[in-house]
Amino acid sequence: MMTESNTGGATRSASWLSALRMAIALILLCGGLYPLLITTVGKVMFHHQAFGSMIIVDDTIVGSELVGQRFIAPEYFHGRPSAAEYDPFSVGGSNYAASNPDLKVRVAGDSGEIAKRESVAPTSIPADLLAASGSGIDPHISPESAILQAKRVANTRDMPIEKVNELIAQYTQGPTLGVFGQRRVHVLKLNLALDGKEWND
Amino acid sequence: MNEVIVIYAVTLLLAWPLGKYIAGVFGGARGAAGAVFLPVENGLYRLFGVNPSQPMSWQGYGKALLKLHLMLVLIVFGLLMAQGFLFLNPDRIDGMSWDLALHTAVSFLTNTNQQHYSGQAQLSYLAHTFGIVTLQVVTPAAGMAALVAIVRTLLGRSDEKKQPTGEGAVSVGNFYEDITRAIVRVMLPVAAVVALIIASQGVPNSYEGARTAVPLDQTAGMEEQNIPIGPVAPMVAIKQVGTNGGGWYGPNSSVPLENPTPLSNFVQTVSIVLIPAALVFALGFMTGRRRLAMVVMGVMVVMSVSLTSVAIWSENQPNAAFSGLAADGPNMEGKEVRFGATATALWGSWTTQTSNGSVNGMHDSFNPIGGMIPMIDMFINVTFGGIGVGLIGYLLFLLLAAFLGSLMIGRAPEIAGKALETREMKLVCIALLIQPLLILGFSAITVAFPSLTGNSNPGFHGISQVIYEYTSAFANNGSGFEGLGDDTVWWNVTCAVNLALGRFIPILAPLAIAASLAAKRSAPEGRGSLSIDTPTFGLMTLAVIVMFTLLSFMPVLILGPIAEALALMS
Repeated sequence: MMTESNTGGATRSASWLSALRMAIALILLCGGLYPLLITTVGKVMFHHQAFGSMIIVDDTIVGSELVGQRFIAPEYFHGRPSAAEYDPFSVGGSNYAASNPDLKVRVAGDSGEIAKRESVAPTSIPADLLAASGSGIDPHISPESAILQAKRVANTRDMPIEKVNELIAQYTQGPTLGVFGQRRVHVLKLNLALDGKEWND
Repeated sequence: MNEVIVIYAVTLLLAWPLGKYIAGVFGGARGAAGAVFLPVENGLYRLFGVNPSQPMSWQGYGKALLKLHLMLVLIVFGLLMAQGFLFLNPDRIDGMSWDLALHTAVSFLTNTNQQHYSGQAQLSYLAHTFGIVTLQVVTPAAGMAALVAIVRTLLGRSDEKKQPTGEGAVSVGNFYEDITRAIVRVMLPVAAVVALIIASQGVPNSYEGARTAVPLDQTAGMEEQNIPIGPVAPMVAIKQVGTNGGGWYGPNSSVPLENPTPLSNFVQTVSIVLIPAALVFALGFMTGRRRLAMVVMGVMVVMSVSLTSVAIWSENQPNAAFSGLAADGPNMEGKEVRFGATATALWGSWTTQTSNGSVNGMHDSFNPIGGMIPMIDMFINVTFGGIGVGLIGYLLFLLLAAFLGSLMIGRAPEIAGKALETREMKLVCIALLIQPLLILGFSAITVAFPSLTGNSNPGFHGISQVIYEYTSAFANNGSGFEGLGDDTVWWNVTCAVNLALGRFIPILAPLAIAASLAAKRSAPEGRGSLSIDTPTFGLMTLAVIVMFTLLSFMPVLILGPIAEALALMS
């Protein structure tokens, strides 16, 4: 089976057959056994996460904790611009360079629209609300971006703004252990809460 | 800022014991944790049909490595083209074109993971696991094996594997034993731990196909939202710990399903540098030259911190296109709210220092200076570097610095008591100079024919996109300025050439150098000889790295990111 020729104790060649057998065995070990084992254990230990952290209301999947959705109705908080139109199968960022004139055009358009909709000055709009996310399905906005929209949402819904701000505070997450990550609001959960929906939390 | 400091500290603190463990794995006949793993490995040797205790010359070692890689690339290439007809394909994904399959197979074979496709939509579960994950485990192990062979031959304690025979056939070890131990005792256990941690944070674990949701705002034009999942956690784990970088989803770890929380981001960031840094400590434990290892680590940390700081500063500046249209704040274009600009810049810098190439934000949308740092990181490519190959690359610079340093103090060039002569220096030059030659050559050709570039951004940034792509290919990094329309025959084929040469020449040439030096008579290290384990020599090596990089690439940096930054300032 082995065809090495020995020269001074150190072999100079290795057999093709061994290489093939090795490739196949490694594919079965690393590509078959390893993911299968992790997936099996992961499913048992973290069942909800294993299937994509779905949010379920009345037995219907209304979304995932880990996938943003597009909101345009005035009674909802809106998320960030998405280069993927919030389609998880075509995820992606805009990949616009800062020097690309198309980026300026997009930001100017959105900025004007938001300023009008929320009755604020363009320079008070937080950058994250105008910047397309990397994934195109970012489920979060900054708390500042949520507060900016509170008045419009409260007015449309005929709700006291205090109640809306309370919900924003309730759905604002801080940095983990005070160190990791940024303060953020989960847009879909906030909107579900506004609708008075209950889900599998 | 605290986040950055904690991540640096945790990474280095974990790398120390892991380095000690890795040195033990390759240490003796049984190695560290042999009682647990030897039975598994012996079973594998029988399946392979190989003898793990047979010593190999550098040619034999190299041939065994190349033959295994050739078999793997053929199988994966076939798998990618045929995936449409095969099983484990619940989302009914078609096969790839020949050129995309070629690029993808070579890209993963070379530990690069440059992707000209989007995994969630263009790879079946079969191709993802049996094809991609296999290469993501095997290729870092191959890099580690090559490093161990080179280190043991070049600097090693004279253990039983090194037995000069007088015929010039120096044994460098046994490839099968080295790579099998790297896979079984290092890559798979570390990946498994990371996989379970990130699975707890929300990375999917299922073979059962996409889920469908009914979005809340039905006026927004999407009746149903199809959400691709899969056995994502095991892949993302090995992607991060194996300096691989190729993600399940196209935009990689910026996607919440691939990197759900700041905690998963923390674990994944640490994983980028963990094993490359551990190998530096392992160098000290393996050779008994702990001071050398500390000096190498010092140089790498200095390079890493200085480059990363610039990236973090840059991304915390506003994006020029937002000026007057938004509140002042960090550049958030292409970034995720849960991570923010600082953690994204840290990742962007680390992933390019280590040849990992995963991203948690879009480098194409970084500010010009922030986008320049990943390019510089990849030009250098030895700030920790890819698993095995990073430290091998550093050793090349170390040889060059020893050569120059010896001449500066008026001694015949030597390293560790062995004379550095024409043959070794020729190989050093080939291994180092092929980098600017290929990157700049291919970039020049591509930029000269605008129909080839596939640029998505105009002006200076368009040049950056082209240079970034070839640099990433040669550095075996895999990140990109992803706006580039790179799934064309031109890009797929030319990148495949860069990928292969950028992988195998920097492995085989140093292996030959090590064997060539080991065959020489050793002169005792005396008071007059150049000592390579002093801070002074570390500084010398740093200077060589900086000068080599600046001389090779300063002009293109000025044409690309620096010109873009200046244009935006005016």
